[in-house]
Amino acid sequence: MDVLDVARWQFGITTVYHFLMVPLTIGLGVLVAVMHTLWVRTGKPEWLRMTRFWGRIYLINFVLGVATGLVQEFQFGLAWSEYSRFVGDVFGSLLALEALLAFFLESTFLGLWIFGWGRIPKKLHLAALWAAVIGSIVSAYFIIAANSWMQHPVGVEVDDTTGRPVQVDFLAVLTNNTALAAFSHAIVAALMVAGALLVGIGLWHLRRRKLAGQPTTDVDHTVWRRSVRLGGWVSLAAFVLVALTGDWQGKLMYAQQPLKMSSAEALCETEAPAPFSVFAWSKLGSNECDDVRSITIPGLVSFLAHGDFSSAVPGVNELQEEYAAVYGETYPDDPSRFGALAGEEIDYTPLLAVSYWSFRLMIGMGAVSAGVAAYALWATRKGRVPTSRIGVHGSLLAVAAPFVANATGWIFTEMGRQPFVVYPNPDVPVGEQTYFFTAQAVSPGVSAAEVWTSLSLLTLVYGALAVVELWLITRFVRRGVTTGDGAPTPGTPPEGTPESRRDADDDVLSFAY
Amino acid sequence: MDLQTLWFGAVALLWTGFLLLEGFDFGVAALLPVLGRRPAERHLMLRTIGPLWDGNEVWLITAVGAVFAAFPGWYATWLPALYLPFVLVLFGLIVRAVAFEWRHSHHTEAWDTTWTRVIAAGSLIAAAGIGAALGATTLGLPIGAEGDRVGGAFSGLGWSALLGAVAVLAFSVVHGAVFLSLKTDGPLRAAARRFALRWSPVAALPLLAWAGLVHLRYGTPVTGVLWLVAALAVLVAWARLRVGREGQAFAAWGAMLAAAAATLFGAAYPVVVPSTIDPAFDVTVADASVSDYTLTVMTWAAGIGLPVVLGYQAWTYWVFRKRLTAEPQHGEPAGAHA
Ligand code: HDD
Ligand code: HEM
Ligand code: HEM
Repeated sequence: MDVLDVARWQFGITTVYHFLMVPLTIGLGVLVAVMHTLWVRTGKPEWLRMTRFWGRIYLINFVLGVATGLVQEFQFGLAWSEYSRFVGDVFGSLLALEALLAFFLESTFLGLWIFGWGRIPKKLHLAALWAAVIGSIVSAYFIIAANSWMQHPVGVEVDDTTGRPVQVDFLAVLTNNTALAAFSHAIVAALMVAGALLVGIGLWHLRRRKLAGQPTTDVDHTVWRRSVRLGGWVSLAAFVLVALTGDWQGKLMYAQQPLKMSSAEALCETEAPAPFSVFAWSKLGSNECDDVRSITIPGLVSFLAHGDFSSAVPGVNELQEEYAAVYGETYPDDPSRFGALAGEEIDYTPLLAVSYWSFRLMIGMGAVSAGVAAYALWATRKGRVPTSRIGVHGSLLAVAAPFVANATGWIFTEMGRQPFVVYPNPDVPVGEQTYFFTAQAVSPGVSAAEVWTSLSLLTLVYGALAVVELWLITRFVRRGVTTGDGAPTPGTPPEGTPESRRDADDDVLSFAY
Repeated sequence: MDLQTLWFGAVALLWTGFLLLEGFDFGVAALLPVLGRRPAERHLMLRTIGPLWDGNEVWLITAVGAVFAAFPGWYATWLPALYLPFVLVLFGLIVRAVAFEWRHSHHTEAWDTTWTRVIAAGSLIAAAGIGAALGATTLGLPIGAEGDRVGGAFSGLGWSALLGAVAVLAFSVVHGAVFLSLKTDGPLRAAARRFALRWSPVAALPLLAWAGLVHLRYGTPVTGVLWLVAALAVLVAWARLRVGREGQAFAAWGAMLAAAAATLFGAAYPVVVPSTIDPAFDVTVADASVSDYTLTVMTWAAGIGLPVVLGYQAWTYWVFRKRLTAEPQHGEPAGAHA
């Protein structure tokens, strides 16, 4: 593999990994802040315990988000220096503003929240958490604005001498319709992750307590019950919003990156009305569109694209030709800038199999998650506690579903924009457009060996982190809630004495060191 | 003053702030095996930096972000030229961040020892890596005509990187010790002060040597004066430590770093990455900068945002200003040795 391929793998692996923590930080942050608010307002003990329990998971996850986010900040320079030079006038400022306006807010106020228990006034303490949570959301906004600018560059003009985009309208960059849609979609998708976690873990504890004959009237029972109900409703509502915002994105995508949607549908020829493919087979992996056969729902893609069931939607074959006519049949024959791809033919169609299946996995896993939420709400109606092994363990397993949906959503978005790293904006006349091929984005001075080194090192470290992290979270989750003053929850059997006392003590400092 | 100069100043300021703030948490972490012999002491040491390290680290993120935002040409030359040192920094920062969190998530002797070591090692690696990158940059990198590194992965790394690494490490360790003497009470405070008193004169040498070299090679009379200020500040810090004025010693030691950093960043200005191949290939502020429009937007945003950030960060330092003392832990009789 040459530098380009290794660098792509590295970017993909590290970003998808980072994005496992991100939606949980955002979604759970909001829910914990709500729990904390309810505790401050009502003084009810269950809200305190929920805040402490879910807050702890939030923090464990947050730290990994920080650790993996750091890599992101550096990697545009490390492996993608030509990209950084090219987009510098727009892109860097969004990253810097994210750090200045969001990361300081998150990290400073989270520190205050963690160490502020009992040290600062209650309301101030609560405000600290809200500040941190707002920081996360602001951070998501800026980074998605940056990403959306690559998908749909606005607010720039091309400099005649350098050929690079020069920013002329910062407000246009911030209000890019692609960014507004993607941001809303990503935030509600993050809520689905948090909702699924509350449902899965809550049901598991409810069932375990019931089988162990524990009372259904104590605070702990209330804690798990509230968690399931809250998580379930949040998941369901978020799923509706995810579908609405996703529909908005689909319409924009048709206008801005038609090849992405046609690939996602494996729609080879222009069709009116265009059908939605439910399942496809045959040589999808060959990237030859005409090999694909699929089961379809007539007219649905016309609806996704245009809001009616009859309009024509252009197919992959036609679009490929259109793009080749405008942006060139082959890469310029300049190995110093285009590496191994110099002089090669340009494939404007993203990998069909990836686009097709990642799009379906995203929607499908979201639907699974919504289904589980509906089951949980139904199974816990009017104070009921489900004991079905399949239902409860399935819900626990389904915690993974929205994570998969988030990851595949990004994979679809990012791999679907290939071969461009900055996609030409069709609203701008041809000739004045800003665009950049992924092939020319890597750092020219860096050797494949260097990128291999960092790729292997980071992948190994990330793998190890995942193992320890999952083990710690599982252990913590099994142990369940403890009361706010650090005593073990009544009813949970005390384990080996000195150690469990230290564990309990640690919960007072639970958030400290 | 034009916007490019202003932003160069802002970048230098952010890096200095990062070294000053993260410097002490690197130092405290690196001192864990030295000063933290008992679990209670380690616990205490970690509590002094617990609420602060993440906020300190954001100074690095912002510093790097500001380089990218204002001087993409600098960012795009600098990071790939020093690919391996920067990856090492990332590695150190990652393991250290998770170790902070994990150390207290489980309690066995072995677990505690392991993660304490990881915190110390990760901090050492990160501090050394940043020092190496800065050292190599300030004394020149093998940059070619296109702004890319000429030569293999190690072509930028020589004695200058080593000097920078030692300088940042040594500074941070003593900075951490002075911080501990300022933030704790009891035996730890005394031990930290003794440590700082003994090592501060030695620890200042590599930093002064590095700044001195940069000044001799690229400097101006102003950076010469700054260098003298740095050297004087070491004496002040030592003298104040001797009489037990930890707060003043901390300020003086910090002033030493600030003055040295001003020399390091200011000496070659307007060159930001000197080329060892040909001065014509030097990357300058003007080559590297974004458009005036973007700088103006950034100036507005930072002009409003930065004071607010400084305000609330200073406020959290105030909230956590109390000196900490070791309290006996459960499961461990007070004063027991581990
Ligand atoms: C939709 C949201 C989102 C997306 C797409 C990304 N991030 Fe992220 N990032 C966050 C949302 C977020 C967050 C929620 O704000 C995090 C996650 C956990 C955390 O601690 O903050 C975070 C942490 C985080 C940090 C550590 C901040 C700290 O120390 O407090 C950095 C430097 C980055 N990110 C940088 C990036 C870059 C350069 C990305 C682009 C490739 C990126 N993130 C994608
Ligand atoms: C906003 C945050 C971003 C997220 C969440 C994100 C996510 C992703 C994902 C999921 C992939 C696919 C991974 C794979 O299968 O290989 C990917 C690939 C990639 N992304 Fe992004 N991305 C983001 C921003 C960026 C930015 C700002 C760049 C600018 C360089 C970028 C450049 C790339 C490149 C070069 C690849 C490799 C292309 C490929 O493998 O097809 N991404 N990203
Ligand atoms: C229910 C129907 C859904 C539709 C119609 C939909 C639609 C879309 C579309 C069209 C994109 C690509 C945007 C682009 O490339 O410009 C996208 C991206 C994405 N989707 Fe979905 N989606 C749905 C469900 C979900 C679910 C359930 C999740 C996660 C829980 C999710 C998470 C994401 C993420 C993280 C991205 C990438 C970031 C972004 O562009 O916002 N989506 N979605």
